[in-house]
Amino acid sequence: MIESLSAATWSPYIVGAGIGILIWMTFLLSDRPLGASTAYAKTAGMIEKAISRKKVESMPYYREVTPTADWQWTILPGVIIGGFVSAVVSGTFDLVSVPPLFAATFGADTLFRFAVALAGGIIMGFGARCAGGCTSGHGISGTLQLSIASWVAVACFFAGGILAAGMLFGFRFP
Amino acid sequence: MTLETVRQNRPAQAALGLLFGVVFGFLLQKGGVTLYDVILGQLLLVDFTVVKVMLSAILVGMIGVHAMRAAGLVRLHVRAGSFGSTVVGGLIFGAGFAVLGYCPGTAAGAAGSGALDAAVGMAGIVIGAGIFARLYPALGKPLLDRGKFPAATLPELFGVSPGLMAGAVAVMIVVILAALAALGL
Repeated sequence: MIESLSAATWSPYIVGAGIGILIWMTFLLSDRPLGASTAYAKTAGMIEKAISRKKVESMPYYREVTPTADWQWTILPGVIIGGFVSAVVSGTFDLVSVPPLFAATFGADTLFRFAVALAGGIIMGFGARCAGGCTSGHGISGTLQLSIASWVAVACFFAGGILAAGMLFGFRFP
Repeated sequence: MTLETVRQNRPAQAALGLLFGVVFGFLLQKGGVTLYDVILGQLLLVDFTVVKVMLSAILVGMIGVHAMRAAGLVRLHVRAGSFGSTVVGGLIFGAGFAVLGYCPGTAAGAAGSGALDAAVGMAGIVIGAGIFARLYPALGKPLLDRGKFPAATLPELFGVSPGLMAGAVAVMIVVILAALAALGL
């Protein structure tokens, strides 16, 4: 057991099955699907609220997605902690600014990678809230409920992603 | 203590959210899907780890959730989408996914495992979500409400029982996973 906990990676099937069982628990104990992108919207609302409480109270979106540190928000610091714990027990924790594939294609300049990551995040954050979910909320939790919106969304996530990645790195398949 | 009292206990739920997040982040990191190279590898169709994790999660999750629903233990939470929100938003998300190289969940797991670019990406996602929130009242009619889907779930659309639909999707997932393994992808 100690051996397997310290393994650098687990089989994708085991990890996927674990996420599936985790979603049983979120439905059973919290009456919710598992999702990550709502937490970002709540964070944006919290920041706006710190600047102007009145403004946030007048914004329709934050009446639907309340800027409060509830279940849908605490999950996000949880994921950061979980990633940290896993990396530490795996012995793979490492501060990296530019991932190898990015460095090999666009160079190892940290500021350039950060600017690209920030731009990508802004585009993705907007798209996630527009589509009403992300790779976890739609891609796993929604599809497993046989939601039409979620199957369409995940197809669009990958269609957009494959197209954009091909334009950035060159199409490599087959 | 019944399930409902746990579900309505706010502090307990906030703690459960944190706990579920820790397990989720741990699994994502162990699966290798918090790595930029693995995610871009998936979008470049040379590494199918992301699809294997997702399909396995859907398969196991779907069977359990539908079984618990049939037993009256859980409710589904499905919202109807629309062309304007789901397709347009989904394609925008996909483009951002390729540029950032992480999705909202894996970015957090990656940041925890030391990827500083993922932490910057998380700040970007907050900004993007904030921009959407600002524009939300103006986007409703011209975009988000356009082309509403005719039904919320696949069983409703095809007029079959959820159990039958889940069975068909389960078979499809097993076939895809077997095909990926057979092709050595």
